[in-house]
Amino acid sequence: MELDAIFTASVFASAIRLATPYIFAALGETFAQRSGVLNLGVDGMMLMGAFTGFYAVFITQQEGTLSEPLSLLFGVLIALIVGGLMGLAMAFVSVTLQAKQGISGIGVYLFGLGLSELLFQQWVGTPKSVSGFPRITFPILSDIPVLGEIFFHHNLLVYVAFALVPISAFVLNRTTFGLMIRAVGQNPEAADAMGVSVARVRYATTTIGGMLAGLAGASLSIALINLFQQNLTAGQGFIAVALVYFGGWRPWAVAAGAMLFSFVNALQLQIKVIGLDIPSEFAVMAPYVITIIALVFASKRQEQPTALTKPYERGE
Amino acid sequence: MKKRYLIILVFLLAWAGMPSLAEDDVFRVAALMPSAINDLAFSQSMYDGLTAVQNALGEEAFQFAVQDSTYIVDDAAVALRDWAASGDYQLVIAHGSQYGPIVEELASEFPDVSFAWGTRQDTFGLDNVYSYAAASDEGGYFNGVLAAHLTESRVIGLVGPIEVGDGKLYADGFANGVASVDPDIDVNIVFIGSFSDVPLATEAAETHIANGADILTGTAQMVVGPIAAALENDVRWFGSDSSQDELSGDIGVAFQIYKWDVLLLDMISKIGEGNLGGEYYVLTLANEGLVMEFDQDFEISDELMAVAEATIAGIVSGDIAPIPAVEEDMAEESED
Amino acid sequence: MNQTSGFARSVWFSRLNRLVDFSPVIVALVLALVVASVLLLALNANPLEAYAAMWEGAAGKENAAAETLVKATPILFVGIGITIAFRGGMINIGGEGQMIAGALAGVTVALILGEMRVPPELAKEKGAFDLIIVTCSLIGGFLAGALYGGLAGFLKAYFDVNEILSTIMLNQIAVQMMNFLLNGILLDPAEAGINNIPKTARLVTAAQLPRLSLPIGDPYLFARTRLHWGLIIAIVMAVIIYIFLWRTSLGYRIRAVGENQRASSYAGINVKRQMMFSMFLAGGFAGLAGVVQVLGLQYRLQTDGSPAGFTGAAGFNGIVAALFGGLNPIGAIPASAFFGGLLVGAQKMQRDLGVPASLITAVNGLIVVFVVSSEIFILQRSKRRVSLQETPDNLGSGGGKPADRASPDEGSG
Repeated sequence: MELDAIFTASVFASAIRLATPYIFAALGETFAQRSGVLNLGVDGMMLMGAFTGFYAVFITQQEGTLSEPLSLLFGVLIALIVGGLMGLAMAFVSVTLQAKQGISGIGVYLFGLGLSELLFQQWVGTPKSVSGFPRITFPILSDIPVLGEIFFHHNLLVYVAFALVPISAFVLNRTTFGLMIRAVGQNPEAADAMGVSVARVRYATTTIGGMLAGLAGASLSIALINLFQQNLTAGQGFIAVALVYFGGWRPWAVAAGAMLFSFVNALQLQIKVIGLDIPSEFAVMAPYVITIIALVFASKRQEQPTALTKPYERGE
Repeated sequence: MKKRYLIILVFLLAWAGMPSLAEDDVFRVAALMPSAINDLAFSQSMYDGLTAVQNALGEEAFQFAVQDSTYIVDDAAVALRDWAASGDYQLVIAHGSQYGPIVEELASEFPDVSFAWGTRQDTFGLDNVYSYAAASDEGGYFNGVLAAHLTESRVIGLVGPIEVGDGKLYADGFANGVASVDPDIDVNIVFIGSFSDVPLATEAAETHIANGADILTGTAQMVVGPIAAALENDVRWFGSDSSQDELSGDIGVAFQIYKWDVLLLDMISKIGEGNLGGEYYVLTLANEGLVMEFDQDFEISDELMAVAEATIAGIVSGDIAPIPAVEEDMAEESED
Repeated sequence: MNQTSGFARSVWFSRLNRLVDFSPVIVALVLALVVASVLLLALNANPLEAYAAMWEGAAGKENAAAETLVKATPILFVGIGITIAFRGGMINIGGEGQMIAGALAGVTVALILGEMRVPPELAKEKGAFDLIIVTCSLIGGFLAGALYGGLAGFLKAYFDVNEILSTIMLNQIAVQMMNFLLNGILLDPAEAGINNIPKTARLVTAAQLPRLSLPIGDPYLFARTRLHWGLIIAIVMAVIIYIFLWRTSLGYRIRAVGENQRASSYAGINVKRQMMFSMFLAGGFAGLAGVVQVLGLQYRLQTDGSPAGFTGAAGFNGIVAALFGGLNPIGAIPASAFFGGLLVGAQKMQRDLGVPASLITAVNGLIVVFVVSSEIFILQRSKRRVSLQETPDNLGSGGGKPADRASPDEGSG
């Protein structure tokens, strides 16, 4: 089999689409973890964002209350709000109540998994589709051979996800807010002594994480797949958490991890489509194996936030 | 949906503990399903079948209880035992071949309760077990023949769950159906390794389309993703298990529908006569347990309709064997 | 919404607690039930009937109680393993994959040894042979799970691959491995070519873990249920691991590394080796959970392609049980039973009242969140008392001492 039958432009385009929800969710989780909060409930937040975003679009399109672009923006807004509220709840539980984060995250996951399915059953019933974010065709750019297909045939949320990578890196590394986040995650006592409110920063980052997780879900339900079904995310939120570790809490590296994982996944699909004879199971496990191997050989300059998972209690 | 859940089961507490057969003439069925009853696929087909039976017999004569989304096999054991031990149900259905070993154990323990399980043709030699299967290769073959006539790019994509059971049967039938029209048409088959991973199934469909497919098909509950991808890219869709008409808009062509009510009605009358099991059923086009339904939005040409009718007639008469080897297997198994 | 209000709330709560002497855990449970009741009412279901059904399903009858314990067994095994890992400072999310690895190896051993014929002259000793088959299978399952868990520990110790990442990934790899093997060399020979759901042959009786009954009443209690000896093994293991962790030097070293890596290193403890060892043990117990499910319950291994189809998500529930049990193997026993009952009872609710399973999933999530959130009130109340469990230093709230790595959180100490 020819290599150029495997590494086609469409595989790269496919990888970019697959990576989109991971990038949203993993960037959000990066903010939360950098400030010291491990949010294992990402998948539940994604599911709630996916359902509510979908439902907002579904209802407004069904009843014709909003024009298509407006209904999509409304869906995004709802997903952001619902994700943000779940992030806020997670912050309350982890920061104010100082609950064990690993376990409370699993609770939040189960809650989101169950509630999104329940609401879907009650309000929608069987899977129904909406007209989601359309693919954008750019004049000239989209017609460039190969590159046009890879980069310039995606929907708006794909571009938003990738735009968030440099923005997140900038916020974390070059702004006062970013400095506060890192300080709170690295040395909460010192940050506190300098007048930074540890609780407030952690509330902010966990809420941002929730909003981005909600958006990650919406990117599936109203942009990439355009419908909702029970457990739509199929555990992507957990992979997103893993990718944060892969990227060592640095936005660019986290996004690179998401791209690597998604690229191998796109590749295994392509390999099956063109009929290469390898056992399907090995193809499916390839992205997971390669992500681990890549990390084994990657040079690690990890800056694990020292206070990750540790609640902060003032001078007691 | 609210109503649906209420109708099913509120009656139960009132009768708890009483031998219901003596008290009234209501035939009660309990059914266990691996995925959601609204999955537009395997589990929904059974739910729709039970609803059809209820519509046929009336609510005063037939009621049913359901536990869905029970993909955990051990949970299935709890539910099935609970139902069997309650004495409230004349028939307990385990709708998933993974439940087989549990049915085998329970059926020996509760010889007065009739069990049905599928999809598989194996009653474990017990005379209170019915088993059922669907010859989904027949619908696969039918869809394949039609797809071969409709494709212009001469590339067709199939998205399946794991390479076993009904999904494999359908895929093999489909590929044979396409090949019977033109062996040079490419049928690209991807088993994504999961029944429920919608995002991956969606991207598998996108990959098919990027490789030239202008027709897609597939089985299991994650096909809602490929259907959405087909809608987005305006390529045609062939489905199986339940009707996906509602979702498939104007790109749907034909669906193979499992009419479990056909065999349920027969089982119920047999149980009424005191035959609690020992037989197996296979849904086929011939016994009208399998029905091919065209999408309401699909405008079929006269020539294609002729092809469709000829294909069904051929399969029904036995002139066409969707998968020759499978027919032999069935014959072998029926002997033991 | 910060420390002050949290503190104010807790003062209010602890006063209430002293008044009624209610454990905050109970309050949290009641709160969760209140929310659940609202949801149930919204679905037109009667909450009281629902909870009655739940109780009946979890403990109302002999069989219900047995099923609760059956459900609790793998959760307890995994919970014991998670306890070791977390005490050793390793966050093991890989219970699912380790269960699968254990089940694959255990069932292979059981199938091979089950083929052996007992020589006629030793027919009297058949019982001993059976015991050997079962024991070897359990050991095989333990070792496979242990190696799979140990792999994550190895990657962590020598390649600095974070164990949360590797165990999440290894879960997916294990399930694909299972699909491959069950559809290949481990496929039931009677199923070849039949194209059924992939599964192994059924284990011979000699290779099965016997069912368990208690000599109370006639017939014996649990005699007609699926309760099996796995429960006893799990409880014995919980006790052994408690002794191991708190009464042996090896256990001390594991905890020391979990509490403070740098200090342990200065004290001459081989930190890398202890990290691997605690993951090895954690994986081993998850592996036992897997093989016991096969030997005690299903008598064969089969897959529907998803991990939870086989594991019943015990690999995750075990994490919750371990933490609810206060990271103490003994505490994990009631915690597992509680979750077993919750999961089993919840299904009864669906069967009897038609309450969708998804509502129960959501409420389970709420219970976890509420109960784990309530711990702060317990801690605040017992601040002056010595905590029941010694809380590892750097698992506490301080965060002042630089540690090299994440450690499981423990609320405030």
